[in-house]
Amino acid sequence: MFPIVRKEVIATNPAVKLFEVKAPLVAAKAKAGQFFILRCNEQGERIPLTIADYNRQAGTVTTIFQEVGASTKILGKLNEGEAILDFVGPLGLPSEIKKHPDPVVCVGGGIGIAPVFPIARALKEAGNYVIGIIGAKNKDLIFWEDRMRAVCDELIVCTDDGSYGRRGFVTDALKDVYTQREGRINQIWAIGPMIMMRVISNTTRPWEVKTIVSMNPIMLDGTGMCGACRVLVGKETKFACVDGPEFDGHLIDWDLAMKRALIFKREEQRALAVVECQGGGCGCH
Amino acid sequence: MSLKGRPPRQEMPCQDPQVRRNNFNEVALGYQEKLAVAEATRCLQCKKPQCLAGCPVEVPIPEFIKAVAEGDFAQAAQIVKSKNSLPAICGRVCPQETQCEAECVLGKKFEPVAIGRLERFVADWEMDKGVEKPAPAPKKGQKVAVIGSGPAGLTCAADLAKLGYAVTLYEALHVPGGVLMYGIPEFRLPKAVVQAEIDYLRQLGVDIQVDIVIGKGKTVQEILDDGYAAVFLGTGAGLPRFMGVPGENLCGVFSANEFLTRTNLMKGYRFPEYFTPVIVGRRVAVLGGGNVAMDAARTALRLGAAESTIVYRRSAKEMPARAEEVEHAHAEGVQFQYLTSPVEMLGDENGWVKALKCLRYELGEPDASGRRRPVPIPGSEFILEADTVVVAIGSGANPMVIKTTKGLAVNKHGNIAADDDGQTSIPGVYAGGDIVTGAATVILAMGAGKKSAQAIDRYLTAQPGEKTQ
Repeated sequence: MFPIVRKEVIATNPAVKLFEVKAPLVAAKAKAGQFFILRCNEQGERIPLTIADYNRQAGTVTTIFQEVGASTKILGKLNEGEAILDFVGPLGLPSEIKKHPDPVVCVGGGIGIAPVFPIARALKEAGNYVIGIIGAKNKDLIFWEDRMRAVCDELIVCTDDGSYGRRGFVTDALKDVYTQREGRINQIWAIGPMIMMRVISNTTRPWEVKTIVSMNPIMLDGTGMCGACRVLVGKETKFACVDGPEFDGHLIDWDLAMKRALIFKREEQRALAVVECQGGGCGCH
Repeated sequence: MSLKGRPPRQEMPCQDPQVRRNNFNEVALGYQEKLAVAEATRCLQCKKPQCLAGCPVEVPIPEFIKAVAEGDFAQAAQIVKSKNSLPAICGRVCPQETQCEAECVLGKKFEPVAIGRLERFVADWEMDKGVEKPAPAPKKGQKVAVIGSGPAGLTCAADLAKLGYAVTLYEALHVPGGVLMYGIPEFRLPKAVVQAEIDYLRQLGVDIQVDIVIGKGKTVQEILDDGYAAVFLGTGAGLPRFMGVPGENLCGVFSANEFLTRTNLMKGYRFPEYFTPVIVGRRVAVLGGGNVAMDAARTALRLGAAESTIVYRRSAKEMPARAEEVEHAHAEGVQFQYLTSPVEMLGDENGWVKALKCLRYELGEPDASGRRRPVPIPGSEFILEADTVVVAIGSGANPMVIKTTKGLAVNKHGNIAADDDGQTSIPGVYAGGDIVTGAATVILAMGAGKKSAQAIDRYLTAQPGEKTQ
């Protein structure tokens, strides 16, 4: 069992929560860009979540997740002091961190702010000039601004509705950075909802600036055994769990990725109905 | 008793095919005592038993059958377990017809003794009565790590524990058992049976550590540095192969590993009580002709598919699946398209598979595997409608351990290179099962695990002083 040593409610609408979990083996090896898989209970799904932070001394791993389906809702109900049944990792390949001659940009959209943080930190530690861009629907959904600011040379915060920072999408902010820097950007990391990563990849393709995205497809074992997480990259089929989760956003077949994300849509809704069932009337029985 | 006077081979009682195709309960129900004794008395008790040569784990077959014939089932169980730590599993999933039973002298003129069914009977009888706690072996004072808890790893761990080693068994998934848990369906190998066999390992003192991916959370080198005197790698053939045809990433196209893992390990057939979904459409096509393909096709029926079809590029004769599974599949209504292979998967506007474009084949000259090579018939293209496709054409070696273990030699297929004892290129590191041979059977993996356990014991006994920490 893996105890939850800290729980924070980051936002309530939609519900976004932070868990710091005691998992010494994972914490000892975790690197920016990697993920882990957890299972709440005997009936639970294996849920892949990206590592947002780790503390090797304390042996803990931090993750931030949004409650979207049945399994994340069940997870969100757990409290500090309770424990998670299974917790395995670190999985996937770490981000490729090296010193770039020109600035690099780390874009985190919504929940994607969490996984982009350790990447920005690692890039900064490697001596890069790091420009951070974080964005969300509104002010309530912006988190870790201070942590990002601490590891970025510049940080732009934006909200879709203008309730905080500059109004607009992260893509607009990225375009401005590119223009101001006259194209002198070496590499971009973009993590967030699939649609955001797709739009950013399409935006940066003509710039010919390498753009790394972190895919979060349907997964099962997370060790390359099942192929549920197939992503078409260029002409090659890759398994996100062992070949990724980071890929070159310019090469991803986004249409396919978006369709594959919906394979179990109907079942996910049914499972959600079961979780939210208050004893009748919801149609889950 | 004359040969002719002997009773015929006792049939295995089974669930009715029309009933069982709608449930996940075990298909073969097992012998009752009376049937078992009747079958056991058919054994000739040959002076030079041939059956022994057919068993990769050297079960003393005539001895245990004699005990069954005499009604001493406890003794029979002890005899089986002296060599085989997983008899309830072997009795259910071994391809006996190509192993022990293939060698049985009775089989030359009549039907062979149903050795597998008797093995299962004995194991189930013992489980039913409550397995006696094994006597602890004198401690050797050395630690051995076993990586992967499938058939190879379980066998190796059990044998090493019986020899007195402190064994740690590592498993990447959340339960031990490997393919026995994620791959082979409940209706062929009930998970409670696997659980009971694993409990026996725990009683032997094996320390089972789940949720640890060797190569990620820990490396083989770190395990050796941790004071383990030897390591056995039984990580299996966990890398699904795909056909490489256009459309293979369409929604509704699953690897057999995914389809079966969702159903078996995650209990998707009990969704939404269990939260991992598994889906089938109306028409399911399963590509391949092995046991995994049969498992997938029969699982599809149980999940509610109206039609489930095996698509295999050779003929019935070349199918590698266990004969009994093919029979069961037929009886349950699985259809077979032989000499057929898809060249493309066709999708609808939402990205879901709707049909396979297939070619017909004919058999040509034998290939490297000794089986006649299928040759496509020009112009034989046709459309096979399917809204779910399961690819069950085999698996390769999972590269995770190989990639992260410096100095571990591999062969040209990407499998770990090991000699007959499982010795790899690294002293003290052994390997066996599918990770060495490529995808094969449970019993061959168990045989490899057994050999490596003996080899590890010899290796550690030869240099006790140097290896003890």
